[in-house]
Amino acid sequence: MKPPRFDYHAPSSVDEALALLARYGGEAKVLAGGQSLVPLLNFRLARPAALVDLNRVSGLAYIREAEGQVRLGAMTRQRAIEFSPVVAGRVPLLGEATRLVGHLPIRTRGTIGGSIAHADPSAEYPAVLTALDGEVVARSPRGERLLRAGELFRSYLTTSLAPDEILTEVRLPAAPAGAGWAFEELSRRHGDFAIVGIAALVVRDGPRCAMARLAAAGAGAVPVRLRAAEEILEREGLGDAAIDAAAARAADLVSPDSDVHASAAYRRHLTGVLVRRALHRAAARAGARG
Amino acid sequence: MGERWIGRPLKRVEDAHLLTGRGAFIDDHPPVPGVHHAAIVRSPHAHARILGYDVSAALRMEGVVGVITGDDVARHTKPFSVGVAAPVHYYCAATDKARFVGEPVAVVVARDRYLAEDAAEAVVVHYEPLPAVVDPEKALEPGAPVLHEAVGSNLASHRRLVYGDPERAFAEADVVVRERFRFPKYGSTPIETYGVLARWDPLEGVLTVWSNFMGPFIMHPLTARVLGLPENRLRFVVPPDIGGSFGIKTSIYPYIALIGLAAMRTGLPVKWIEDRREHLLASSSGTDRVAYRELAARRDGTVLGMRFRWFDNVGGYIRSPEPGCSFRPTGNFVGPYRFQHLEVEASTVMTNKSLTGPNRGYACGHLYFETEGMMDRLAETLGMDPAEVRRRNLIPRDAFPYRTPTGGLYDSGDYQAAFDRALELARYGELRREQARARAAGRLYGIGLALAVDPSVSNMGYVATALDPQFRAKPEYLPKSGAVDGATIKVDPLGRVTVVMATTPQGQGHRTVVAQVVADELGIRPEDVTVVDEMDTFTRFWSISSGTYSSRFGSVGTSAAALAARKLKAKLVEYAAHLMEVPAGDLEFRDGGVHPRRGKGPSYSIKDLAGRAHWHTQSLPEGMEPGLQVSGVFGFRVAEAVDAADRVNSSNTYGFIAEVMAVEVDPETAVIKILKYVTVHDAGTIINPMIAEGQIYGGALHGLGGALYEELAYDEDGQLLTGTFMDYLVPTASEAPVIEIAHVESPSPLTPLGSKGLGESSSMTVPAVVANAVSDALAPLGVRITELPMAPSRLWELIQAARAGAVARSTP
Repeated sequence: MKPPRFDYHAPSSVDEALALLARYGGEAKVLAGGQSLVPLLNFRLARPAALVDLNRVSGLAYIREAEGQVRLGAMTRQRAIEFSPVVAGRVPLLGEATRLVGHLPIRTRGTIGGSIAHADPSAEYPAVLTALDGEVVARSPRGERLLRAGELFRSYLTTSLAPDEILTEVRLPAAPAGAGWAFEELSRRHGDFAIVGIAALVVRDGPRCAMARLAAAGAGAVPVRLRAAEEILEREGLGDAAIDAAAARAADLVSPDSDVHASAAYRRHLTGVLVRRALHRAAARAGARG
Repeated sequence: MGERWIGRPLKRVEDAHLLTGRGAFIDDHPPVPGVHHAAIVRSPHAHARILGYDVSAALRMEGVVGVITGDDVARHTKPFSVGVAAPVHYYCAATDKARFVGEPVAVVVARDRYLAEDAAEAVVVHYEPLPAVVDPEKALEPGAPVLHEAVGSNLASHRRLVYGDPERAFAEADVVVRERFRFPKYGSTPIETYGVLARWDPLEGVLTVWSNFMGPFIMHPLTARVLGLPENRLRFVVPPDIGGSFGIKTSIYPYIALIGLAAMRTGLPVKWIEDRREHLLASSSGTDRVAYRELAARRDGTVLGMRFRWFDNVGGYIRSPEPGCSFRPTGNFVGPYRFQHLEVEASTVMTNKSLTGPNRGYACGHLYFETEGMMDRLAETLGMDPAEVRRRNLIPRDAFPYRTPTGGLYDSGDYQAAFDRALELARYGELRREQARARAAGRLYGIGLALAVDPSVSNMGYVATALDPQFRAKPEYLPKSGAVDGATIKVDPLGRVTVVMATTPQGQGHRTVVAQVVADELGIRPEDVTVVDEMDTFTRFWSISSGTYSSRFGSVGTSAAALAARKLKAKLVEYAAHLMEVPAGDLEFRDGGVHPRRGKGPSYSIKDLAGRAHWHTQSLPEGMEPGLQVSGVFGFRVAEAVDAADRVNSSNTYGFIAEVMAVEVDPETAVIKILKYVTVHDAGTIINPMIAEGQIYGGALHGLGGALYEELAYDEDGQLLTGTFMDYLVPTASEAPVIEIAHVESPSPLTPLGSKGLGESSSMTVPAVVANAVSDALAPLGVRITELPMAPSRLWELIQAARAGAVARSTP
């Protein structure tokens, strides 16, 4: 479990990092927290010619509010997110999901940008990004562009980021007043990737549901936005019958695979169960505030 | 009488080093000049003929000094002896065929490990892939791929053992219960993997091997033979610290031979540290087993007899000490129950999976998972409470020492008292009432029980149970038996005490415990005892059975230390008697010195006597050896060879475990929540309760791994599906239930301190108690747990199938 030879670069700016990526013409990999990439290197499953380490690039770790969004620098550690008052107050769904990411030592190193760019479909952050319909900022020598969650995730561990592009920021819409949220997850052990995880956000408006956002982790090749289930809630409200109907619909919307941990049928079933549980919790929270 | 140290939860002297990163593990061994590093080329195929090797590209790489292939292994080594009569040729690397994914096929030696791994990729091995088989029953079907042509089938060993008259027991039974069980293949994943550092001295013809080998040291002569070395030219050295083993490191010895060969062929010191991928792929694990069980009983719940039919899967080769997977518990096959009639049909099967060996609870996790499952089936069949069925069959307290029908000699115990203690601690009656309330509310709430006889200190003689009695009756056959350990105590001129052990501890706290034992014996404080516990076969006492495995140390290692201390005391009394010119019988050793038995008179402290003995040898009595250095070697007389009727006292001391668990199963997700877990142990005298408790915690979590999480799972083609810690799931502290522990102490009459082993403990009961609790929870649905591990997905499918079946049955 020793990696093959690679060059190592620790640039101090994003521009320098971009120049290095360009120089290696797609043969270099960006190193953030290293919680997934380093094992891949050691297993020799990834064999980049070079690593471009972002850990010494200043100005990539921050959490701030702007234009109704919470913007997180790509190198913001999961541990910082876990304890951020901005996150707790404005994107509490992200905070709740963070506590399910690995264990303390992992969260101390792992970053939000790294987790999203790695695009593991059973990871929590890609599901949160998908549910909230957030966006990421990607920089390349050609300039900066914004990618919505739906445009970013392509397949297992695959994004639409170009090889010479660096994800520099994650933008999540702040929760409106009257919002309730929940991240429900079932994993084999605490801290494991989800067998299925559900990110849910609902906004109550009197008896109506003004907005519902649902996404599933672990239920396909990419995080799955459960739009048709959201529509049921937005149409019928947050009563038990509507929630049951949304949960049943959600189970139909996913096409999970079987693996050593769970069968596809179980994952599909769990999607329904966890959507229901997530919605009940989210609705209760929305009620408490609205 | 001074202070007693035995029975106190003394903090471990080992921990300061371990917690501050000063442990001395194999990878920390001081650099050996000129050391080179090995990377092992492993088969990607589960079953393939090896047609040839091309090592030229690897050898051309700068810094690569040699490549050892199967050809070298075949030319320069012999196959290992195996524990069965079948002609299985097991070499330290594949020679003709690869028989499991991960089997070593070549070794690259290079300047550093990175380079060695690069070069390992450049080694070309030409394979002809062959069909694979991974299931032990399918491997015995006609037409199955045969792994070893010389054997002719995949059956490594087959024995039918009959005790009493099972035929009659089944004929006379009111009820017969039958069930099929599947036990998973899992290991222990010690935090430190295997490591070997070998140096060949061609001038003296000595191969020195540093490794984290834990014994049994029978593997030393086996390895010497493989390498063509006289035993006293092969030196095994074990570093002061081993980072856990749980039986797994017994099976490092083929790597000792392989890396030893690499050192001998290249003429350079060679180091190899197994990485985690290699460990999961190819170190060692327990067997997966298919078991068919039958139980005959009377209507009142009395068990009359049992039948076991086992298919133990040992993987590509049967590696010694297998087939211990079947026979290690021979003496305690009947567990804590008093039935007399038993038939055991044990088939040891070779398939294209990795190899097996001792794994905490060696074979007992399997045994009790089945037996305790059967006791619940019996209770269910008769409509009795599972506690009552067990109680009715327990060996009564006045029957000890108890000879089991299979030859075991249970030295002491009060199973009834320990079981009652467990039921009382768990408030069993209240749990049943809670269950009734939960069921009425539609919840899936279950209570499980498991009882086990916990064998410690294997008698090496049990291994021969695998051989036919006719084979054992041949005049050239040498019977085998034994379980011994040695200790040496030295007193320096100022009266300070040093104890030298060679028990290869792997984290069990031997130094702490030996200090407690010797402090009590000599009436001194534990901090005044220095304990050195480092194995070196050139300088330390050792024998065939040496090492730390099968929960030996608490029973035999401590006995050796106590024995040596007692011999030292006898010598001190004799010396003092000479100085005082009184008969030795008038004196006794107590409170750290020699005193008159009665009345007043001069006394001599250890320090007084030590100073005189060292400085003034003229003061010694005629015939007394100078110096204050005493060795004791303790051996069990009850370790006898297997007899002609296949009876054998397979262990030397036998403890007892009684457990109660309550669980709730989420009917939607099938997630199991442990609500209560009580475990009561009888390991005789407890020397250090804190260490004992640590062992129970570890054993319980290990058993929980097998019950709920861990499996070395393979696909049909023999590819490992759980080759990383993302897929092979070891329970962590987050998964640990609250564990309520209590002890009952029935001292062993066979050991000087009355202590028994306890290192394997709940690893052998937790698979049973969890399965029984979950079966009880799912009883309203008619689901029984007969296979482990119970992943939620698998359990949910069982529940779905049961519900579908119930619907089908209720639909006319």
